Amino acid sequence: MKKIFLIIQREFLSRVQKKSFLVATILVPLIFPAIIGVMIYLAIQEDKATSAKTVWVIDESKLFDFSDTTSSNKYAYVLKDMPLAEAKTAFNETEDYALLYIPPMSLDTPQSMSFYAKNTPGISVIGEFERRFEGQIREAKLLRSGISQDMLDKLKADVSIETFMIEGENEKQSSADATFWISYATGFLIYIFLFAYGAQVMQGVIEEKNSKIVEIMISAVRPFQLMLGKIIGVASVGLFQVLIWVVLMTGIYTVGLGALGLKMPQQQMMEEVQSNMPEEAKQEADLSKYQENAKVQKLISAIDSIPVAKITLLFLFYFIGGYLMYASLFAAVGSAVDTPSDAQQFMMPIMLPIIVSLMGLFMFVFKDPNGSISFWLSIIPFTSPITMMGRIAFGVPTWELILSMVLLIGGFMFTTWLAARIYRVGILMHGTKVNYKTLAKWFLQKN
Amino acid sequence: MEHILSASHISKRYAQHHALNDVSIAIPKGSIFGLLGPNGAGKTTLIRIITQIITADEGQILFNGEPLQPKHVPLIGYLPEERGLYKKMKVGEQLVYLGQLRGLSHKEASDKSKFWVKKLEIADWWSKKVEDLSKGMAQKIQFIATVMHEPELIILDEPFSGFDPINANLIRDEILQLRKKGCTIIFSTHRMETVEDLCDSIALINKSEKILDGTKREIKEAYRNNTFLLHCQGSVASNGIFDVLSEKNEGENHFSYQLKLKEGHSANELLNTILPQVQIQSFSEKIPSINEIFITKVGGDKS
Repeated sequence: MKKIFLIIQREFLSRVQKKSFLVATILVPLIFPAIIGVMIYLAIQEDKATSAKTVWVIDESKLFDFSDTTSSNKYAYVLKDMPLAEAKTAFNETEDYALLYIPPMSLDTPQSMSFYAKNTPGISVIGEFERRFEGQIREAKLLRSGISQDMLDKLKADVSIETFMIEGENEKQSSADATFWISYATGFLIYIFLFAYGAQVMQGVIEEKNSKIVEIMISAVRPFQLMLGKIIGVASVGLFQVLIWVVLMTGIYTVGLGALGLKMPQQQMMEEVQSNMPEEAKQEADLSKYQENAKVQKLISAIDSIPVAKITLLFLFYFIGGYLMYASLFAAVGSAVDTPSDAQQFMMPIMLPIIVSLMGLFMFVFKDPNGSISFWLSIIPFTSPITMMGRIAFGVPTWELILSMVLLIGGFMFTTWLAARIYRVGILMHGTKVNYKTLAKWFLQKN
Repeated sequence: MEHILSASHISKRYAQHHALNDVSIAIPKGSIFGLLGPNGAGKTTLIRIITQIITADEGQILFNGEPLQPKHVPLIGYLPEERGLYKKMKVGEQLVYLGQLRGLSHKEASDKSKFWVKKLEIADWWSKKVEDLSKGMAQKIQFIATVMHEPELIILDEPFSGFDPINANLIRDEILQLRKKGCTIIFSTHRMETVEDLCDSIALINKSEKILDGTKREIKEAYRNNTFLLHCQGSVASNGIFDVLSEKNEGENHFSYQLKLKEGHSANELLNTILPQVQIQSFSEKIPSINEIFITKVGGDKS
């Protein structure tokens, strides 16, 4: 045990003392907010800068109304009264955005329209036009069936849906937005961590093998101790780095929000609670202010409803479990090859389940967190670290969580055992051509 | 004689071939033992079994009379042929680290490292990074890492490769001093002059089998074939006591001969017969070198 600790200590210190660690640790929390800030700034600037796009309209049906521009002022409609062929030629000579041709039709037999543009328009653009015309046809039909314009206006309503999560007898307000972001961020962080630190383990092993220190090492410690020491050492570097980032980012955001005149949600909530507690009168007086603040309150209570402690603990579990699951495999690959470029061929089967996890997170978990594919992805230990993090914020039955965790523990014990058998032979092999058959042979070889 | 290590009937098989086949060696305490053999004979496999990097399929190894087990690891110092260091680490840190891994406390490791770097004249390099060192200096550090925890058994695989003659001598003297302190040393080497110079006993391994072992004197004794070298003034001819194997006329009536003594006669009788005939300048028995024995045994196998 003492030896493993010595190895962990060396792996940790030798990485933390590098300049590149210092640079990455300090720059990342500065760069990410900076990039997000710049992108938001650019988006706002672009919104302001873009003038309405000109769309030519030839409406031979005379059914639609283009005078209404309240819904969006992204497009300026110019009605043209000329044959289509002539309009196309004229349109081509202008800088205008698009030419929309509406053939003659009646309300009951809508015909398909044609949209001509110099660039293929995005799906969202076409969707916007489709919704616009569908809405107008619906309204026209309603008017025709005798509903008054007054009635029609009243029918329009702004609906917002609030989501709640039921747990036993408690009913908590939840926020689909906040849960989405938490799932996304935690799942993605694990994804990045698996790749970045898995690769570091592999590089470390290749370095030891190449510099030929490895035989000196394993005459003093067992190969398994050396491998485990490296894996844990690198993991502690990762956790240390994440910890620094959390501290730094919290600091930066607090300062940043402070500069914008806002407060951290927790702070605001605490003040809110303090001012609400003492007397009822004051509470009533604050009611109006409270209502003004309803939106903020909703956000705060949504954040409040997320079980922070539970998510943090599970994040740590899946973060470490997922890393252990894969790090030993990366170590085994490192032990088998002489140079990083030789490692490529063995990386694919390791990277595949990690990439599948991330794709599964986007394609299945976010759409249907409790669907059967999401279930299996979050149970199988090769994919569970990323996908289960995606599900947790949406609420997962306890038995599924326990099953997934037990399988992950079993999973990393299995991969570590498998990898260690390859590692112990691989690190002593130089200049051998290695393929999967060789790896299998090493695995089966007696010590 | 007391043996620090005795390996009996060691076999190790890999999928396709035997790496070691029924090899037994016994290493006397306090001796310098040469483990010889051509490339790929199985020397490294045997050493890795002794250092518990791998385990034998069959056979038993006793260390100081006890079956070899993990607690013996700190009692063995091993300098592998394929050796290196952590390039980015500083010399001092590295020595302390390796010392601690071999069971020393931080303080002991630090004290011993400092003592040894002074002894081997590399104290100035204590806080330099390994990547800035010359090959010879790196070798010295590896040597220190092998011996600093004062193991009872030191295994050196080609210890002199990479050293210039001066530094090779420095290391040679250190090895002799360690032996004087009671250490037992196993040499694995191809350099026969090292063996001639340092080894007390040897074992020769070829094609995964041991084909020869014993003390250097015994082996040479066993391989002497009653051949004598004679320089003299005047000429001799074969007779009932000896045959002339070769004769070389060096001019002005000077000759050098290789004489083969016949069965049942002694060197003294030979001298008695030639004394009256010629003026002897030198007379010696032709003792085979380890190099010759090596080539005869290994090369003879091939033919």
